[in-house]
Amino acid sequence: MNNMLFRLTSLLAGVLFGIGMIISGMADPAKVLGFLDVAGNWDPSLMFVMGGALMVFMPAYFLLIKPKQKPLNAEKFCLATNKTVDGRLLSGAAIFGLGWGIAGICPGPVVSSLALGNSGAWIFFACMMVGLGATNLLICINNSKHAESQTA
Amino acid sequence: MAFSIPWESLAGGILLGISATLMLLMNGKVAGISGILTGLMTPKTKDFAWRLLFALGMISGGVLAALMLGGEAPVQFETSSAMLAIAGLLVGVGTRLGNGCTSGHGICGIGRLSKRSIVATCVFMAVAAVTVFVRFHVL
Repeated sequence: MNNMLFRLTSLLAGVLFGIGMIISGMADPAKVLGFLDVAGNWDPSLMFVMGGALMVFMPAYFLLIKPKQKPLNAEKFCLATNKTVDGRLLSGAAIFGLGWGIAGICPGPVVSSLALGNSGAWIFFACMMVGLGATNLLICINNSKHAESQTA
Repeated sequence: MAFSIPWESLAGGILLGISATLMLLMNGKVAGISGILTGLMTPKTKDFAWRLLFALGMISGGVLAALMLGGEAPVQFETSSAMLAIAGLLVGVGTRLGNGCTSGHGICGIGRLSKRSIVATCVFMAVAAVTVFVRFHVL
């Protein structure tokens, strides 16, 4: 594994992601709300964002990535192993959907907008980080309690 | 009314797909933004550097697209600061609890046909659509 190449790949992938977020229209909350407003004057164009991404990623995954034992420049694929749909997944997705529906902003677009002179993006970003961090802490505490009760 | 393909959205989506492919094929990592951001709050792990570089790449990619590629991003949101704060908090809590957002579940998870990601994406899309319906057509 080449550490320099690993980091350069991450930087390049980040740049492509940021460009994709902005040119696709995902970083414009008015457009996102227009897409989510299926009962109003529905703007379906953002379907093409997920469509375009899946058009590339899905065949790449099944034809190029999945047949491989390990990535080209790392020891292993870090993929989720949990396959059960549980209450935590459902409630988390629902809470996220509520927040997304209120402002029309999700994590990718807001990070891509941080240097565009939009103070609202920073307000959203800061509160999102608090939410991520606090929930992460609670999950960690809960997991270690669970581990203790299992070993005790 | 003739329907025309929104080329900018499609091109942007293709770039997201290329980015996600690069990350998984080369580095074995999922390009999930909420996960990357959560990792940035634990700076001592060995995954910190690539996450930071990815996030900095996103910020510069955003600037590049807005300045040179004619990307549309507002310099001010119409939502009030208080509502932005509440929405941000909900998005943070929800994506951590549900292990992913539009990128991790919507692209990387669905792209692998993960059942959890397909269910999560349907749930957050549906709840977001209902929220928008209530805001625009009920309240």
